[in-house]
Amino acid sequence: MGVDVKIEGLTKSFGKQLIWKDVTLTLPAGEISVMLGPSGTGKSVLLKTLIGLIKPDTGSVVIEGVDIASCSERDLYEVRKLFGVLFQDGAMFGSMDLFDNVAFPLREHTKKSESEIRNIVMEKMDLVGLIGAENKLPGEISGGMRKRAGLARALVLDPEILLIDEPDSGLDPVRTAFINQLFIDLNAQIDATFLIVTHDINSTRTVPDNIGLLYHKHLAMYGPREMLLSSEEPVVRQFLNAQTIGPIGMSEEKDADELAAEKDMGLPPLPPIPMQLEPSNGIPRKYQRPPGAWCRENGVTPPPGSFQADAAMAPGGMKADPTKAPH
Amino acid sequence: MSSLTAARALKPIGTAGSLFAFALDVGRAVFRRPFQFREFIQQAWFIASVTIVPTALVAIPFGAVIALQVGGLVAQFGAQSFVGSAAVLAVVQQAAPIATALLVAGAGGSAIAADLGARKIREELDAMMVLGIDPIQRLVVPRVLACMMIAVFLNGLVSIVGVMGGYVFNVIIQGGTPGAYLASFTALAQMADLWQGLAKALVFGLIAAIVASYMGMNAGGGPKGVGDAVNQSVVITFLLLFIVNFVMSAIFLQIIPSKSG
Repeated sequence: MGVDVKIEGLTKSFGKQLIWKDVTLTLPAGEISVMLGPSGTGKSVLLKTLIGLIKPDTGSVVIEGVDIASCSERDLYEVRKLFGVLFQDGAMFGSMDLFDNVAFPLREHTKKSESEIRNIVMEKMDLVGLIGAENKLPGEISGGMRKRAGLARALVLDPEILLIDEPDSGLDPVRTAFINQLFIDLNAQIDATFLIVTHDINSTRTVPDNIGLLYHKHLAMYGPREMLLSSEEPVVRQFLNAQTIGPIGMSEEKDADELAAEKDMGLPPLPPIPMQLEPSNGIPRKYQRPPGAWCRENGVTPPPGSFQADAAMAPGGMKADPTKAPH
Repeated sequence: MSSLTAARALKPIGTAGSLFAFALDVGRAVFRRPFQFREFIQQAWFIASVTIVPTALVAIPFGAVIALQVGGLVAQFGAQSFVGSAAVLAVVQQAAPIATALLVAGAGGSAIAADLGARKIREELDAMMVLGIDPIQRLVVPRVLACMMIAVFLNGLVSIVGVMGGYVFNVIIQGGTPGAYLASFTALAQMADLWQGLAKALVFGLIAAIVASYMGMNAGGGPKGVGDAVNQSVVITFLLLFIVNFVMSAIFLQIIPSKSG
């Protein structure tokens, strides 16, 4: 289960303003990828391009042999049935209560009886912890609840690809930790391909199998989590460690003066790579790789203290079994 | 710089083009099954509920003004017995479809634009497309058909209330004879005028709903964008209505020769 998403040479501009150009990457089937980037670098635009809501200027997005960027409207609606999408604010239908919202795709696309629909909906509501709120209207609940309800709706058709737009904006740290754990558990359960768009560093360091970084109108880097977390590339290093020293400034890019002033400052050492979150039932995910595997294969020495259960900045690391650590 | 000016000057043409393309999309989606019957009934009920009372209230003075004006004028020629026929002609052929359309656009259309605009900025429409459902088929088609149906029914309401208003003012205030008012109904007006009024109402309902839906679905930039969309949809609908009304009236006059009393 889960399918590849092959993105090639994608370029998009609105009028004269270039959003990004020549974005090429493949989301591997069944793995969790995170797309990062400073605010306003077109992360959401990229996500909308993947589902065909926005047509790119050039390039292709191929899913199961169908190019989303150029296929017919009819094919597009067919391919979209593979997707589950969680929008930033949940995008719940304001005129329906949560139950009807979550049941909506089932009623439109399947011939299931009302009692079957009820079972499926309640199962998904339970999964996101919304039992008891199913008769509330979207306007009556908090943003975090709307987000979880949106997730329930995205899951109801058992998607092969799950796209998630900023799951952590507007959520408190505890709920963010819970929702991150939920993504890992979901991935273990349904083996779907995940793409999470975010700029929360903590989630990025612990959740995904792969990380991508959009910066300055192009894809700066995309690859396995350990590759980016141990990378010395200035932009990647600055962003993933939330530092002020580096090429990214308050307004997009720093000018030459600022960069020259920084030149002599020593970069702080890379923090240790934390353990990846594991499914809460302890059974490893299908595509999960042992900690440090990428570093060993590619002869990269991870920063000291990496892959230890008590590594800093690793809320999920606490749960991991210390005996599994390679050191 | 010149290309910038050109782009700005040509923008309205682009908008007109995409509005027309949108109308064609809606036309195609009308025939796509399943038809959203429930949504259609809900929308028809909603549009009727916000338009019936104001339409009736607008229709009374409409008929009355025509009766007063025409009554005063023709009385000088001693042709007072033709007031009824003038009132029927004016109300059925012109006033009823226009009054209907203004209210369908002003009350129903603005509500449609606001509703779809709010859904657009909350990404509900995107979510719907992603769930594999075409919002044009699911939301716009029922609204357009509901608007057309209600416009036709309201047209009947305005015709009756308007003619009755004219009767009241002519007979009670101007002292006209009830028999003459009623008897002259068919002197100038003919059956074709009624069909013309109904056809106009149908087209005006279509225009109001299409423009409102287009503006709502293309709203952008937050709550202010929704407000702008509502505002523009009402203004553009009114402009289109008067132009289309002129063209349709001219065509009908060519096809159907007016009856000479």
